[in-house]
Amino acid sequence: MDLKFLDFEQPIAELEAKIDELRYVGDDSEINISDEIARLKSKSESLTRSIFSSLTAWQIAQLARHPLRPYTLDYLAVISPDFQELHGDRMFADDPAMVGGLGRLDGKPVVFLGQQKGRDTKERVRRNYGMPKPEGYRKALRLLKLAEKFRLPVLTLIDTPGAYPGIGAEERGQSEAIARNLFEMARLKTPIISIVIGEGGSGGALAIGVGDRVIMLEYSVYSVISPEGCASILWKSADKAETAAEAMGITAPRLRELGLIDEVIREPLGGAHRDPARTAESVRAALVSHLRDLESLDVNELVRRRAVRLRSFGSFRES
Amino acid sequence: MTWYEKVLPSRISTERRTRSVPEGLWIKCPQCSAQLYRAELERNLHVCPKCSYHMRLVARDRLMVFLDPGTGREIAEKLSPHDPLRFKDSKPYRTRITQAQKETGERDALVAMTGLLKGQPVVACAFEFRFMGGSMGSVVGEKFSRAAVWSRDNRQPLISFSASGGARMQEALYSLLQMAKTSAALAELAEARVPFISVLTDPTTGGVSASLAMLGDVNIAEPNALIGFAGPRVIQQTVRETLPEGFQRSEFLLEHGALDMLIDRRQLRDEIASLLAKLMKQAPPPDSSA
Repeated sequence: MDLKFLDFEQPIAELEAKIDELRYVGDDSEINISDEIARLKSKSESLTRSIFSSLTAWQIAQLARHPLRPYTLDYLAVISPDFQELHGDRMFADDPAMVGGLGRLDGKPVVFLGQQKGRDTKERVRRNYGMPKPEGYRKALRLLKLAEKFRLPVLTLIDTPGAYPGIGAEERGQSEAIARNLFEMARLKTPIISIVIGEGGSGGALAIGVGDRVIMLEYSVYSVISPEGCASILWKSADKAETAAEAMGITAPRLRELGLIDEVIREPLGGAHRDPARTAESVRAALVSHLRDLESLDVNELVRRRAVRLRSFGSFRES
Repeated sequence: MTWYEKVLPSRISTERRTRSVPEGLWIKCPQCSAQLYRAELERNLHVCPKCSYHMRLVARDRLMVFLDPGTGREIAEKLSPHDPLRFKDSKPYRTRITQAQKETGERDALVAMTGLLKGQPVVACAFEFRFMGGSMGSVVGEKFSRAAVWSRDNRQPLISFSASGGARMQEALYSLLQMAKTSAALAELAEARVPFISVLTDPTTGGVSASLAMLGDVNIAEPNALIGFAGPRVIQQTVRETLPEGFQRSEFLLEHGALDMLIDRRQLRDEIASLLAKLMKQAPPPDSSA
């Protein structure tokens, strides 16, 4: 399998290539080289372990955007095989960069929402690289309201570089669409759990991310602006993205440390794409456990606690 | 000493005012190039008397000319920024804060006051664009939320004058979450059915436009203000085509349905007082030319 190794994974890629070569030789030769393969495999694993034990924020950002990383619909296929997608904002269009619909978590009906990226070029373009337009956020809002009406919990999967910055998006009120979702989610009378599965890009991510619980996959990122964007504004050079990524503290463990998210879900060695099924199972288990906590609360108490939570965000002095 | 005596002397000092416009007795209008006498321009609320070009206003001046004279009383004025991430780009965030504080005389980018508008108690806040581009960090979010809470608890309408480039990058995710925080405060205000009037002034973009600024019961903009989610440069880079004429200006937004009204700065007091009186089911406010 082509794992599309990232730059910092090149030593692993070289070892894996050697293993593949040996396998190829092994197939049609009489020499038994399985011992050698086993040795190399264990070396590759320990090398991966060592590289992944000290990733920089920038390297994690690259993993979060990895072309093989599981996307929203990949998770839903495992977590909720009977997911039924609901389309359109009833006003303008259906936005393929945002998906949503009815599904089940552990047998219980829920509403799922998430940004969706495309796997191949054609699909990437159709999904607009996971960058929703106002109609996407308004579809999400419609489904949030549907969830509230039928008292179904909302589970949102976040994976977007950001809301789309285009002419049509501005004309149709991108700002208002995002603001409206923040406003409505703050008081929605049903539990909301958000999980960042890849890129948590700014307002475009937050617009489906106002949750009672916000959790992140180990190699996902969440930030106010992309490292490249931050670098080009503050350092006047996109080359400083690595420095900007570090300075902003965009990784799950760092944000957990700062108390801005609730849990970090471990990923398989090498990242979610090395074992999507196992990652999906971890996501499912985390959602089930958080939802169990939230469902024990009366809905007014739930909304009150959400308000307290939102109010608590910030770090300032008063004297 | 009463509260306004404490507040007023330092607040309306001419020294502070002079910084809102370039030094000198005469000021050139950036639009029509007319040479304007400073005192006259100030009397005209920094609107060019020749072509009605709206110049940017200092936050404190904005509130002073909006509220009834002498009634403004600052709230949450003791909040000041903190640097939780010890952020450093070409300069440390702390240095940028200190510099901005020196340049503006403000602790951060939002000023909030209670006061009277044509005799009716209101809460008003204004973004200080000169303070790091009016960017929203933890202090702005907290101060805005406190203004909204005050507004709700005392059932006094909230008016916000935005002028901001968006979220404050130096506070990273903290600043993004201020969008959720301020929107949540407004949702609680809305539940209490206390009016919120959002006045968008030049410029209002990014995280501020995509949160509190677009959430007014009535959204008002001053003429020719730049308003949008993404900045024009970013859009240009993304779509690689020429932006339409007047793109992201108030008039464009009004045409596309994002705003309720476009109001000349000199009519804001009258128009907002009149809107609020109706929303609060009160008698019409007195005519005034204050």
